[in-house]
Amino acid sequence: MPGILEDKDRIFTNLYGFQDPYLEGARQRGAWNATADILSCGRDWIITNMKNSGLRGRGGAGFNTGLKWSFMPKTVTEGRPHYLVVNADESEPGTCKDREIMRHDPHLFIEGCLIASFAMQAHACYIYIRGEYVFEREVMERAVAEAYAANLIGEDNDFGYPFHLYIHHGGGAYICGEETALLESLEGKKGQPRLKPPFPAGAGLYGCPTTVNNVESIAVVGTILRRGADWFSSFGRPNNTGTKLMCVSGHVNQPCNVEEAMSIPLKQLLEDHCGGVRGGWSNLKAVIPGGSSVPMIPIDQCETALMDFDSLRDLKSGLGTAAVIVMDRSTDLIRAISRISYFYKHESCGQCTPCREGTGWMWRVMERMANGTAEMREIDMLLEVTTQVEGHTICALGDAAAWPIQGLFRHFRPEVEARISSYRTGKPHVQGAALLAAE
Amino acid sequence: MSVRRLAKEQPASFAFTPQSLEKVNFWLAKYPPAKKQSASIPLLWLVQKQEGWVCEPAIRLVARMLEVPVIRILEVATFYTMFMLEPVGRAALIQVCGTTPCALRGANELIAICKQEFGQKGHMTADGLFTWEEVECMGACCNAPMAAINDYYYEDLTPESFRQIIADFRAGKSPKPGSYTGRRSSEPAGGAQTLSDPALYDGSKARKIEKLPNAPEPEPVA
Ligand SMILES: Cc1cc2nc3c(=O)[nH]c(=O)nc-3n(C[C@H](O)[C@H](O)[C@H](O)COP(=O)(O)O)c2cc1C
Ligand code: SF4
Ligand code: FES
Repeated sequence: MPGILEDKDRIFTNLYGFQDPYLEGARQRGAWNATADILSCGRDWIITNMKNSGLRGRGGAGFNTGLKWSFMPKTVTEGRPHYLVVNADESEPGTCKDREIMRHDPHLFIEGCLIASFAMQAHACYIYIRGEYVFEREVMERAVAEAYAANLIGEDNDFGYPFHLYIHHGGGAYICGEETALLESLEGKKGQPRLKPPFPAGAGLYGCPTTVNNVESIAVVGTILRRGADWFSSFGRPNNTGTKLMCVSGHVNQPCNVEEAMSIPLKQLLEDHCGGVRGGWSNLKAVIPGGSSVPMIPIDQCETALMDFDSLRDLKSGLGTAAVIVMDRSTDLIRAISRISYFYKHESCGQCTPCREGTGWMWRVMERMANGTAEMREIDMLLEVTTQVEGHTICALGDAAAWPIQGLFRHFRPEVEARISSYRTGKPHVQGAALLAAE
Repeated sequence: MSVRRLAKEQPASFAFTPQSLEKVNFWLAKYPPAKKQSASIPLLWLVQKQEGWVCEPAIRLVARMLEVPVIRILEVATFYTMFMLEPVGRAALIQVCGTTPCALRGANELIAICKQEFGQKGHMTADGLFTWEEVECMGACCNAPMAAINDYYYEDLTPESFRQIIADFRAGKSPKPGSYTGRRSSEPAGGAQTLSDPALYDGSKARKIEKLPNAPEPEPVA
C-alpha cells in the first residue's frame, strides 16, 4: 500500500468521485451517522473534543480549530445572531482540495456545518464558493436541497436545532479568501480586507459574531467526533496531528490530490502517490510545499522535509494549504517566481500603498531578472523592498507576495546572478554606447 | 490590481427575463431583508448569464433592486474579474489559466494557440465567435493545464486536445468538460492507488454507533 495512511482511516472516502456524491451514497459511507448523538453531547463537549483532536485550520494559517470556536461569545445577545461562514474561495495557486470535497462529498461538509454551527450557537451558515466553481456550486445547491428535504437541516429539522445553510458565490478575486475580505464580499461589497481588531468573533458578518473556517476544517468535524479525538490525533507528530488533503502539481509523473497522514515525508508523498519526480528524484530542483505564497525549498531539503507545520517552518517555508508545487531541473525558477509575482500584483486589492505599489514594482523587477536585463545591484534592492512590504500591510497578501521572492534568492541567488552576467557578457555596459554603436 | 472600465458602447436599457427574475428571487431569499446588498455578485452574475456581459443599464437596475447607490454596484462590477464588461464571443468565452502550476505543465502553449487563433486577449474576435483571456489559478492545479470555457473546466489539456475543443466550439458543438486524458477527477493518472478497501462502501460505516468515543457518562440515576 502506498503512503502511510490506510484506507480505513481516510475521511474523504469519495475524494475522486467514483461513488455517489449525494445523500444515499454519503450515508452509506458514514455521513450523518450518529449526528444526533454528537449534538446531544453538548456544545462544550464538541469544542473540547475538537481542541483535543489537535485539528489546525486547513485554510493556510493553521490555527487550532476548537480554540477558534471557543472565542465566540458564550451567550447570544438580542439582535446579534452568530454566524458560521465557510471559506470555499480556494484560490491559492496549487490548491485544489476543497473543490473535491464540494463536488464529491458535499454531505460530509454539510453535516460539519451543522455541528460547527451548533457548537457556536449559529443558526445560519453561509458557504462562500469562488465564482469560477460553477459546477461545484451546482452540486452543493443540490446537496443542500436534499438535506432540507430529508429534514437534516432547516427550521424544524430532526435534530431540533433550527439551522439554515446558504450557498453564496464570489466573482473572481483571490483576495476574497482572506477572511475579512470574504465578509465584505459576502455583504455585497468590494473584497477589501478589514483592519483587525475587531476580529470576526466580535464583529464579523453584518457586524455580528462570526467564525470563518476553511471547507476542509469543517468537513472533517463529523468524522473526528464519530471516531474520537484520540483517533485523529494519532496521526502525525504532536502539534501537527491528523490527516490532511495534499495537492501535488507540477513536475511529478502523476499529479494528484491525496489524503495522507500529517508529517508524511515529502519525498515519500511524491514517490508513493505521485509516481515520483519527472525524470527521477535527482532531476528535482525545488519544491514549493504549501501553495504559491510560501518560500520554495531546494532538493537537499526536500530529502528530509516532513509535510507538517513545524518541519516546514524550520526550513523557513510553511505547510500553508499543503499544495505541493514540484519543479524539476528543466524549470526556469526565476520565471516561475516572476509569474507568481504577477499573480500577487494582479490580485492586490489596492487599499494599502506598500502592497499596491510594491507588488507591481516587485513583479516588474522580477521580469527583468528573468530576462537577465536587471542590474546586479537591483537584487539587494529587491530583497530590501520585500522586507518593506512584508508585515507592513493590512492583510497577509503583502507577505505572500514577498516570501516567494525571498525563497528564490535564499537558495538560488547565484542562478539569478548568472542570468544577469550572461546577458551582459559581450554587451556594452553603457546603454548609450549600444545606441551609438547601432548608428 | 487591474484597471477595468465599462465599455464605451452601451445598450439603452436592460431588463431581466422572467426566468432570470425567478433566480433573482431565489438569491434574495438567502439574506436578511435589510441586507439585500449581499446579493450584488449573484445578481450581476445573472445579468451576465442572460446577456453574456454586464452593461451599464443592468448595473443601474441591480442598484435599484438592492436599494443601494449605483456606485456601490459599479464598484462590484469593476472589482471582480469574472464580470465581462464588454460583449463576448457567442461560441465560447475561453479562459486559460496561466499561473505557475499550470505554466509548469504547458499552459504557455495553450496561450500561444489562443493568440494565434483569436488574436488579442480580452476582446471578441471579428467573427463574433470567441473571446479569450489569460486568468489566474482556477483551483484545479492537479489537472493542469486547464481552461474554463463557458463556466466549466476543461482539464489535462494538450495542444492537440485544446485545438480540437476550439474546433468543436467553432462548429457549434459543445464538447464535454472534464479531463482530456481520461481521468475521473484528480486521482493519479492511470488509476487511483487508494480508496480501494471495499469496507468503505459496503454500508458498514453506516451501522449504528453504540457509544461515541469520549462520550460523557450518563448521570447516575438517583
Ligand atoms: C490573501 C489570503 C488569501 C486566502 N485565501 C484563502 C482561501 O482561498 N481559502 C481559505 O480557506 N483560506 C484562505 N485564507 C485564510 C483565511 O484568511 C482564514 O485564515 C481561513 O479561512 C481560516 O480557516 P481555518 O481556520 O479553517 O483555516 C487566505 C488568507 C489570505 C491572507
Ligand atoms: S495587503 Fe494588499 S491585498 Fe491586503 S489589504 Fe493591503 S492592498 Fe489589499
Ligand atoms: S494554476 Fe492553473 S488551476 Fe491552479
